Amino acid sequence: MPYKSTIKNITYSFADLKTLLAKATPLRSGDVLAGLAADTYIERVAAQTALADVPLKIFLEELVIPYETDEITMLIIDTHDANAFLPISHFTVGDLRDWLLCDEATTGILALLAAGLTPEMVAAVSKLMRNQDLITVAKKCSVITKFRNTIGLPGRLSTRLQPNHPTDDPRGVAASIIDGLLYGSGDAVIGINPATDNPSAVATLLYMIDDLRQKYEIPTQSCVLCHITTTLELMQRNIPVDLVFQSIGGTEKTNSSFGINLALLNEAHLCALELNRGTTGNNVMYFETGQGNALSANANEGVDQQTCEARAYAVARKFNPLLVNTVVGFIGPEYLFDGKQIIRAALEDHFCAKLLGLPMGCDICYTNHAEADQDDMDTLLTLLGVAGCNFIMGIPGADDIMLNYQSTSFHDALYIRKLLGLKPAPEFEAWLKKQGIADDGGNILPVANNHTLLLNSFE
Amino acid sequence: MKQPPTILKTNIAEDAWKPLKKFTNARIAIGRAGNAVPLAEDLQFRADHAQARDAVFAELNVEQLTAGLSQFNLPIIYLQSRAGNRQEYLKRPDKGRTLNDESIKKLTAEKKIDISFIIADGLSPRAVNLYTQPVLQYLLSMCNDARFSIAPICIVQQGRVAIGDETGMLLGASLSVVFIGERPGLSSPHSMGLYISYNPVIGLTDESRYCISNIHTHGGLSPQEAATQAFTLIQNAFDLKLSGVNAKKQRQLPKE
Repeated sequence: MPYKSTIKNITYSFADLKTLLAKATPLRSGDVLAGLAADTYIERVAAQTALADVPLKIFLEELVIPYETDEITMLIIDTHDANAFLPISHFTVGDLRDWLLCDEATTGILALLAAGLTPEMVAAVSKLMRNQDLITVAKKCSVITKFRNTIGLPGRLSTRLQPNHPTDDPRGVAASIIDGLLYGSGDAVIGINPATDNPSAVATLLYMIDDLRQKYEIPTQSCVLCHITTTLELMQRNIPVDLVFQSIGGTEKTNSSFGINLALLNEAHLCALELNRGTTGNNVMYFETGQGNALSANANEGVDQQTCEARAYAVARKFNPLLVNTVVGFIGPEYLFDGKQIIRAALEDHFCAKLLGLPMGCDICYTNHAEADQDDMDTLLTLLGVAGCNFIMGIPGADDIMLNYQSTSFHDALYIRKLLGLKPAPEFEAWLKKQGIADDGGNILPVANNHTLLLNSFE
Repeated sequence: MKQPPTILKTNIAEDAWKPLKKFTNARIAIGRAGNAVPLAEDLQFRADHAQARDAVFAELNVEQLTAGLSQFNLPIIYLQSRAGNRQEYLKRPDKGRTLNDESIKKLTAEKKIDISFIIADGLSPRAVNLYTQPVLQYLLSMCNDARFSIAPICIVQQGRVAIGDETGMLLGASLSVVFIGERPGLSSPHSMGLYISYNPVIGLTDESRYCISNIHTHGGLSPQEAATQAFTLIQNAFDLKLSGVNAKKQRQLPKE
């Protein structure tokens, strides 16, 4: 069934729902690359106008990727909670946008609604929203998760300490970890991207962080972000794995290109739950996503990159993750061209994930071939801080010397916490005070070279 | 009249863990001005970023490359992808992976040949200007000793890795080696990569290539080391008639 709208006596027609969603998407290079973007500015507004009138119920009938050929569509439809959906089942996409912005849409009601919303519904409504709308509604969503501390409480902002090193040298990694801890970072996770997927190198890093964590009784969790099959192998060998990491996408084919499927994720999830290493809770998964990953795997199925991204959240949601992170600007300018597109995409991803009930964080980042710089990251960091983002990255000087891109620094985290009065996870906040790293107000204190974290660390 | 307050210059205290810098090139122990990065550090970061940005927009120095390659006594063919300029190159990777019509006409396979070397600017043309000739010098002499036949050297502007598949295929080469500028990082703005594909044809994906990355002279892989590694992989590819992930698996099988 074609979708239509008329603007100034000209009628625009859109063949199907996935075309309508693509054409209604704010401009980004990846949709142009895919040949899916609106041809003109007015066609984009016409698509948004038509999309506003689409009843939400249609999204349960007209599927953007067929149920029979895609296990994520299957997951979305099979786990849709009709009861949770009932209160808004008479809405159009436009009705949902207006209602979300009203005071009646409270934190409690939004949480109840999450299971009744599909990724496509949420992607659709985000396409009708301005940046301020995305911020306003995301701020009302509360998603709290636990492993050894509590992430996502109101007034808190956590950081993933990312101490990467080009050769995975344990001493080089440890130096960056100590730097981060002494700047108050690391409560979301201490998470290393390994340079190689070699199981024994990964195990060495896992033992190193685990020793450090136990020695100093740091209330946080660790993760080496290797392929899930490697993590499975390590768990079976009783290597200390806290969180299971995996990059995920929103189509079955994207996930195949990553060498994963839902059954494999499920197997790893169950295995990690069995280890029972959490103390405050048992959210054991860490997922990373990012607009454009489906197209870059030639697996977007004619669906725009933002809708594909939202569908990845259906995958994440099934496994009650501790952390979900959109690595927004890492993919490059052919998907998100400049600071403007990166900022918009990050706010969309954060909004969509939160509305679907996920503990969303953001790697506020860019590559050197994108039209972006640290000023754009400051803008995005400030917006996400205001929007109530669960966590951001903390990297020494914002410069990842292994992955060769720029993100946010430990200093950036201190900036946003101070500016907005945000604190780390409560357990970690208490630890920072106990260690003399931060004062009662959360201000970082200078430490002497005989500080306990520095003992024997210089050899 | 009220006395104005005395204001002292900010003293940026050194972080006590500065000795840890010897373990990593990461920007650790950089101190704070309030919560911010001290200005001197910030300016250093800006300079590094500027260098990386300039690297992306630099151009392949075809004249200098040609002069450097003349010692090898091989014909040189000059090619161009379908991306007309850098902006298009950045937005349309598909165009950077295919040759333009004029270039296609320049390539004809008269007979089957063993190896084709394809030099493409990629995301750091300067890296290619700097390291192509030194790597080729070592690599070509090893290939000549092993009696591999060598196709004319191709220099491709606005090219991505996969353009080597089309080029190698049109040259009738059994194997292609692409020299390409890697995405610049702050600490290594001029880094080159080598991609080796056995039986290059249009449509190959990254799993079917060997890759040697991080070739540069600032703590990276030296041209000589890169050439040695590349030659080993080339021999392997000819032995197995395969390159990339599957070849790697085959090589590992006997050990397991």
